[in-house]
Amino acid sequence: MAGKKVLMKGNEAVAESAILAGCRYFFGYPITPQNEIPEYLSRRMRDAGGVFVQSESELSAINMVYGAAASGKRTMTSSSSCGISLKSEGISYIAAAEVPCVIVDMSRRGPGIGGLQPTQSSYRQATKGGGHGGYRCIVLAPSSVQEAADLMHDAFDLADKWRNPVYIYADGLIGQVMEPLTLKDPVDIESLKKHPWAVSGPAGRPRNMVSSGVSEEKFEYLNKEKYKNIEAEEQRWVDENLEDAEYVVSGFGTVGRIAATAVRRIREKTGKKIGFIRPISVWPFPQKGYDKIPDSVKGILVVEANAGQMADDVKMAINGRVPVYFEGTYGSTMPTVDDVVAMVEKLGTGKEVLY
Amino acid sequence: MEKIFERSKSLMNIPMHYCPGCTHGIAHKLIAECIDEMGLREKTIGISGIGCSFLSYFDIDVVGGAHGRAPATATGVKACNPDSFVFTYQGDGDCTAIGASEVLHAAARGEKFTTFMVANGVFAMTGGQKSPTTMVGQRTTTSQDGMVPERDGMPIREAELLAQVPGSYYIARGALTSPKNIAKSKTYIKKAIQYQMEGKGFNFVELLSTCPTNWGISPVESLKRVEEEVVAYYPLGEIKTPEGVA
Repeated sequence: MAGKKVLMKGNEAVAESAILAGCRYFFGYPITPQNEIPEYLSRRMRDAGGVFVQSESELSAINMVYGAAASGKRTMTSSSSCGISLKSEGISYIAAAEVPCVIVDMSRRGPGIGGLQPTQSSYRQATKGGGHGGYRCIVLAPSSVQEAADLMHDAFDLADKWRNPVYIYADGLIGQVMEPLTLKDPVDIESLKKHPWAVSGPAGRPRNMVSSGVSEEKFEYLNKEKYKNIEAEEQRWVDENLEDAEYVVSGFGTVGRIAATAVRRIREKTGKKIGFIRPISVWPFPQKGYDKIPDSVKGILVVEANAGQMADDVKMAINGRVPVYFEGTYGSTMPTVDDVVAMVEKLGTGKEVLY
Repeated sequence: MEKIFERSKSLMNIPMHYCPGCTHGIAHKLIAECIDEMGLREKTIGISGIGCSFLSYFDIDVVGGAHGRAPATATGVKACNPDSFVFTYQGDGDCTAIGASEVLHAAARGEKFTTFMVANGVFAMTGGQKSPTTMVGQRTTTSQDGMVPERDGMPIREAELLAQVPGSYYIARGALTSPKNIAKSKTYIKKAIQYQMEGKGFNFVELLSTCPTNWGISPVESLKRVEEEVVAYYPLGEIKTPEGVA
């Protein structure tokens, strides 16, 4: 399948990309709207010589991932917002133990049991860490099925590079929609770096210990070095027309894609100078991208399918240089391109809403 | 001179931090001796729960698990290391309270690893609170007037519970009290390792232990209490063998 144009559902493209990226250990628990990931992998993983376990709980699934990650293998789980809440204990342990894994969050709406509709209301959970202790996870937010599939490869590479959990933070729309895409070539698993810290039995070497016990030195290292280095090296974003922009529109994931279409349409039709920026890494947040926005910009409009979560990060990144406005969809679903066009048209009319 | 006894190769050469009279050390020694005798040290991976933990004392690869989740973590470890000897070492609070689900479903899946549950009827590391295996009438820091069945329920017999799960393979309960009981416990431990290495599982050995510090009695009285009171409720022996449930 790799290299050819295929039509796939987002969840299945993510699952197949995990296989292509060399993941052979999947542990998960059913939750909508990500069920096609475990369903696909329940057959595909065994064909590929890997292990698929449907666990008895989200908690158990992430702790199985912890075991496979401690063994130094490419491993993953997938879930959705409320399931991620349950996994948060394990994610904190994995981050503290510094072992690599990938977590796919096809997020859903709202707190509690919420709803299945694609919104972006779990941004804070994904980017600020749902669990205890001030750990960090790298969080990549795709805006299309193609990007989701590509980022799966990057997610496994980054997890290995930093010995850290990496999220793919998407939504039910990306999980459920079918789009044409080109899958990447499969990774040669044998060529992947062997991890000297992994547990396998101490044959001919001193024992290895994987533990989430965080000493004072390790706590300092994580916060003063590792997370700072990730922030310096792993910021990702796309931007358009920032140089001469009067206003800038910003959004991530599905909304970022919708907003990009809206901005292009406005530029084409009216010639208004609207710039655009879409973070791909929502942690580390792409400060460097927002630094490119000139002081002459009259304002930044953040659009999200929530009540304003990434807007906090934008405000911090902008640090008062220009006004930050916000428009969101609260609890229903994604805004349409027309919705975003209408939001953008408010800019400069006095009807825009300061965040 | 002929050496007739030495520290197990599977144990680190460091003093243990356990309280005087605690039988964790005996459990460690028995497991380490079995690993040595079976020539498995270089392919052994142990996963701890949360409690008075073995992580520092075994010269094997180890993973520090989350509270109650060791059987889930062991599932991941064994999936990646199918030829290794993989075991979890958990307390009764870890295994029967917060981790009740993880061990039950590991048994249901017939996971090919071994769980050792060291049972002393209290949450010992946190200062002696009641656990799901605390005996009727027993005083703990959270059952200060003694456990009352109508109010506090009845203690769980974990070994018998797991024996009823069709996916489990070998289940036994020993006590770390007298030389006789310790020797018996060692045979159970060895079988629970042997079966795993033959590709059989799930294997579980419960080891009745003492906690003089939290029980508030002497080490000698603690051993006596296990033999006279605890064993009466938690009978010793092989509860499930390849021949069936006893």
